[in-house]
Amino acid sequence: MTGAPASAPTPAGSAPDPTGDVEMPARGSAWLEALVIPCGALAVSFVVFGAFVALAGASVPGVYYQMYRGAFGTWFSFQNTLLRSAPLMLTALCTALPAQLGLVVIGGEGALVLGALAAVVTAHALVSGNPWVVLVGMAASASAAGGALVGLAGALRVLRGVNETISTLLLNYIAIGVFKHLVEGPMRDPASLNKPSTRPIGDANALGNIPGMEVHWGLVYGAVACLLAYVLMRRTSFGFAARMIGGNVRAALLSGLAVKRIVVITCVLAGACAGLAGMAEVAAVHGTANASLIAGYGYTGVLVAFLARQNPLAVVPVAILLGGIGASGGLLQREEHLPDAAVNVLQGIVFVVILASETVRGRLWPRLPRGLQPAPAAEGSREAA
Amino acid sequence: MSGASMGLWGLPIALAGGALRVSAPYLFVSLGECLTEKSGRINLGQEGTLIMGAMSGYGVSYLSGSAWLGVLAAGAIGMVLGALHAWLCSLPRVNDVAVGIALMLLGIGLAFFLGKPLIQPTAPRLSALELGAWSANASLRTALQINTLLLAGIAAAFAMRSFFRRTRWGLVIRVVGEDANAARAMGYDITRVRFLATAVGGFFAGVGGSFLSLYYPGSWNEGLSSGQGLMAVALVIFARWDPVRCLWASLLFGGASAVGPALQSVGITVGYNLFATAPYVLTLAIMIATSSARRTLAGQPAELTVAR
Repeated sequence: MTGAPASAPTPAGSAPDPTGDVEMPARGSAWLEALVIPCGALAVSFVVFGAFVALAGASVPGVYYQMYRGAFGTWFSFQNTLLRSAPLMLTALCTALPAQLGLVVIGGEGALVLGALAAVVTAHALVSGNPWVVLVGMAASASAAGGALVGLAGALRVLRGVNETISTLLLNYIAIGVFKHLVEGPMRDPASLNKPSTRPIGDANALGNIPGMEVHWGLVYGAVACLLAYVLMRRTSFGFAARMIGGNVRAALLSGLAVKRIVVITCVLAGACAGLAGMAEVAAVHGTANASLIAGYGYTGVLVAFLARQNPLAVVPVAILLGGIGASGGLLQREEHLPDAAVNVLQGIVFVVILASETVRGRLWPRLPRGLQPAPAAEGSREAA
Repeated sequence: MSGASMGLWGLPIALAGGALRVSAPYLFVSLGECLTEKSGRINLGQEGTLIMGAMSGYGVSYLSGSAWLGVLAAGAIGMVLGALHAWLCSLPRVNDVAVGIALMLLGIGLAFFLGKPLIQPTAPRLSALELGAWSANASLRTALQINTLLLAGIAAAFAMRSFFRRTRWGLVIRVVGEDANAARAMGYDITRVRFLATAVGGFFAGVGGSFLSLYYPGSWNEGLSSGQGLMAVALVIFARWDPVRCLWASLLFGGASAVGPALQSVGITVGYNLFATAPYVLTLAIMIATSSARRTLAGQPAELTVAR
């Protein structure tokens, strides 16, 4: 939750010191903490990953230079980063929206894949239609498919008490199995020899680029979805109800909220976001459905959501950051001869450290509140007793 | 395969043999997870542990020339990952479900990174006991090749049941899992008990991983595990937190996983990808059938966060 922003810039504000010996105004600390802890966790992760690549025999400055170059160094690489961040914003929402209810949903990968499949089916069905109709149809059917998958997990949770984390993980595998079956079997284009793919959706139906950039409109979908999700969760009574459920289910039930309905609706919206990511990947990047869609965007999206502390607005910059890490993978492979899994290792380290950093929340600046209140006296009396 | 020449009789034999071969990783991970969950904590990172175990077991077997040393190394790596999970979860306000997912992704990433040089070489594999040597039928002989590690796992299942039922330490773990406050009042260190239970649970999962790379399928590659570690977590719920029922459930899951390959061995290849989803569908169906929104499950450790 974003508290009141720091009223006046402080020396500590400009150079946050995570060791804890910093004087902080109490009002700004919650807001600053929400920024300092993830940034500190990122810094720690980069140090740990640096030690790891050093042990693996690579040059640490070289690795970080290549990562910067591959992610943000040139306009070309930055556009590549944005291309990768577009689906990450949407798959992150697949985790961040149910997280408001206290659920841990990992279904982004499956919803993305099913969304892509639905988009291709729709494009083939509407083959001779107006491209705008086709695009809207693709987006609608992809959202519906993704929403159905995660909505199912939400419904199973409220109706049968099935743990949503395990069920969404299983649904990912099932969705990918169905996807592979259809793409390699009934829906396979006989012309795709080496890489089984469906028939292309056609250039006329492709999702175009944002004017002046080599980045498709999916990026706008992602950013707008994050904004809408933020408004929904922080500025509407539905969002208030959802966060109340996340805070205390019993209190929400006692105050007469339709807990089951809110859980299912939120899960459907979450899955719809990830499904839309699948549509954008098909319509703008691949032009067809094939195994390249199973690129781990769903799982990286989970990391984005946790790094953004489940705040939909924070998802946007974090998705760009992790899109950049992903975009630099190829350069790390070519220039530093690291395996392509180096990016996965870094993501795993970031994930673990970010979760562990949760434990220092509220304890970063322990001196000041005690200094302002008569706590030292209480300490003294405890010592005397 | 010779199964094709036997017609439809080849199918049940291939299925049973496949179930015996495929079930060992399920068995080891579910035993480890059972131990961890009995102490009141869930470790969803077992999938990562399984893959790290498979990679390190293969690597050590290749470097040392001894497959059993590989099994031991896999267990040790699993123990380290389990201990890491336990340590992270012992910090205040750290969510054990999320930590499990993070460690799963980290374990998979690490295994793929470190395992890159291991895809080519061939490491010494575990040998099998030829229990079918009496039969002239080749596919029956293949089906009855039983690995010593699987036998060890079966023994471990029965041993763990009596450990929980008859020993002081088993009782301590159960108390910690049922009521942390009561255990604390009795003077037990909750954090330490859970740390040990998670670390030893990781050891089991690591050993299960070494079975994948050192026996069946018997090589290291990046597609080696596809969610077995995860399904084993669901399997523990199905087995109602009883080690011996984990054994039966593992055989059932092994059978479900073997459906696709068994059909392939008798010449049916249509819908291979669909049959490959059978264990996931089975897991989900079982979870739907056995869970309840209103009551906790019989045998469920009351401290388990996933239940709340």
